[in-house]
Amino acid sequence: MTEAPIRFYQVGSFAVGNRLLPLEVRTVQAESDRSNAITSGHRACQGCGEALGARYALDAAMAATKGQMFAVNATGCLEVFSTPYPETSWRLPWLHSLFGNAPAVATGVAAALKAQGRDDIRVVAQGGDGGTVDIGFACLSGMFERNDDVLYICYDNEGYMNTGVQRSGATPPAARTMTTQAVGDDPGNVFGQGKDVPRIAMAHEIPYVATATVADLHDLEAKATKAMSMRGARYLHVLVPCPLGWGSESSATLAVARGATQSGLFPVFEAEGGEVTGVTPIRRQVPVEDYLSMQKRFAHLFSPRRRDDVIARVQAQADKNIRRYGLLEES
Amino acid sequence: MPVQIEGSQAVAAAVAACRPQVIGAYPISPQTHIVETLSRLVKSGELPGCEYVNVESEFAAMSVCIGASATGARSYTATASQGLLYMVEAVYNASGLGLPIVMTVANRAIGAPINIWNDHSDAMSQRDSGWLQLYAETNQEAADLHVQAFRIAEALSLPVMVCMDGFILTHAVEQVELPTLEQVEAFLPPFQPRQVLDVDDPVSIGAMVGPEAFTEVRYLAHDRQVQALDLIPQVALEYAAITGREAGGLVRPYRLDDAETAVIALGSALGTIKDVVDERRERGERIGVLGITSFRPFPLEAVRHALAGVMRFVVVEKAFSAGIGGIVDSHVRMAFRGHTVPPNYTVIAGLGGRPILKRSLHAMLEEAMADRLAPLTFLDLNHDLVDAELARQRADVRSGPMAENLLRDLGTVRSAPH
Repeated sequence: MTEAPIRFYQVGSFAVGNRLLPLEVRTVQAESDRSNAITSGHRACQGCGEALGARYALDAAMAATKGQMFAVNATGCLEVFSTPYPETSWRLPWLHSLFGNAPAVATGVAAALKAQGRDDIRVVAQGGDGGTVDIGFACLSGMFERNDDVLYICYDNEGYMNTGVQRSGATPPAARTMTTQAVGDDPGNVFGQGKDVPRIAMAHEIPYVATATVADLHDLEAKATKAMSMRGARYLHVLVPCPLGWGSESSATLAVARGATQSGLFPVFEAEGGEVTGVTPIRRQVPVEDYLSMQKRFAHLFSPRRRDDVIARVQAQADKNIRRYGLLEES
Repeated sequence: MPVQIEGSQAVAAAVAACRPQVIGAYPISPQTHIVETLSRLVKSGELPGCEYVNVESEFAAMSVCIGASATGARSYTATASQGLLYMVEAVYNASGLGLPIVMTVANRAIGAPINIWNDHSDAMSQRDSGWLQLYAETNQEAADLHVQAFRIAEALSLPVMVCMDGFILTHAVEQVELPTLEQVEAFLPPFQPRQVLDVDDPVSIGAMVGPEAFTEVRYLAHDRQVQALDLIPQVALEYAAITGREAGGLVRPYRLDDAETAVIALGSALGTIKDVVDERRERGERIGVLGITSFRPFPLEAVRHALAGVMRFVVVEKAFSAGIGGIVDSHVRMAFRGHTVPPNYTVIAGLGGRPILKRSLHAMLEEAMADRLAPLTFLDLNHDLVDAELARQRADVRSGPMAENLLRDLGTVRSAPH
């Protein structure tokens, strides 16, 4: 098949059609014979960021390993919507054990492969933010500390969405969940110190840490591919909006994810050996208000009484991220 | 050739002879010497082809074994007490997924109050976990049971717990004949996993199962345990044929043939109990012992058969269920289902490492054989002490820390009462 290069004009969005790209920069999903780690027909909600993120990340990892890969899954939405017995959406060897032990199970898989002398087969572990930053945190840190040969992917939808939207250690301040309700003087989640797991992962000085969002799937694929080119413990933290939990439009998942990055609230960067090696700059900074107002979980900041004080605190967080990672090129 | 060796080291040597490929290691007393020894064997090259993973918790240790076993690697870990409880979620998961992991439980009491000494509370708490549970009477049997455990686990695709009394066995230096590599190779075939992660034949292990099939899955788990009732004695026979040593099986009757009274127990207490029974036999009393090696599956038929002729039985237990009494005794009575249960007594003994003394057993048996023993007896219970505390609790609703009060009454601590 011959391909004539087609010129196109960037229109201010990353949503450039894959098939319009030159061959050499086309991604896994552009190939009709792509590996398809997770098939359609699963039971994720409409507009689920996690289903999208998992498909792109795992297909990229599958392509990078030529299909020589096992997946370990924590309990959570991804596991529940993909494997209601007797159906499964997984087209690769897949193992689910518990909510809090996916990193350790993956360690066991990697150790067994090493003992069996099968260094051609690789391991990816995956879980939501609850399974990663809360209940599975000790196992994750142990896996990092030993530098086990595992890529761990956290699909961060900022809450316990599988159990009906409760807060997790990754829920942002002021967000309304069923356990941080929009009532009282300080409605929503508290302003704490936050639990910044990508930076905690960096503190372990593992070979590779990266963040990504479903708003930039090329970037997500590239990072999953790069991670699989390395050995040792690697961590990929992917922001995956949850229309149900966030109260956003099903059709707005990518727009919401883009709002998180373009406001500075979710910095997109990569780090090797504990040092930041690259950031995705903010193209056109948006005020956090634009991002917050897209989601019902922050509706109490705008009505019945506008909470400029709280919005300002959120904006300060975004500004801090922008400074810390140099997200605005001119700044 | 027999060697003088500590129980933990004997177990580590037996495990090493089984050539595990992944070991999840986390320290806890009194299990620690086992993983310490295995660490040395792996590092020195005496246990080749094994990945020894130092993990951050018992929960991770069992999780590592789950991942490794699902990848087709023979997997092993060891724990005790709080550690076993900390890994419980993964313990149930390993059996639910049908992964033939072998784990040593160096039996130890569970806190609070914290207590590092031996009883069976830890393993007994896992009686419904779907794991097989084998109890060792001696260090020789502990070593032999581990080799059998891998064989049984892998034949059934179910995990097996080998229970050995903490300190009493783990830290005792005794004469043990270690299973040789040649013997183990002849006895234990390479691990052929029933289900395994394989890029050429992808499977999803650990799917979510709803009400329409969950009961069936549970039924099959029970059926697999029942199959073990045939397999365990057969494996013991094959093991004896290769090593010349009798170990394992379901139950171990001792001088029971013409016995009117049977004493039933698990683990190392059987040694003391057999001594006491020998002494009473010399006085012409018709008394015998039934050791239970396999607590899961519980050999109802073998127990009833062994106790068919007795007029009474006494179950000596190193664990109990608060609010009801003995754990093992309810199993033994269940063995008589459809038959008349003879008079029986539950004796709770050896909790938290309290020695089970011969003179106490003699006194207890005097009462039992005169059918004067209380149905539920705590051996060597200091009645003055508990009565004083109970009176204090009645007199003053806020009596202060119970354990501290008891120690003050014993003169162990001298602080003023609360």
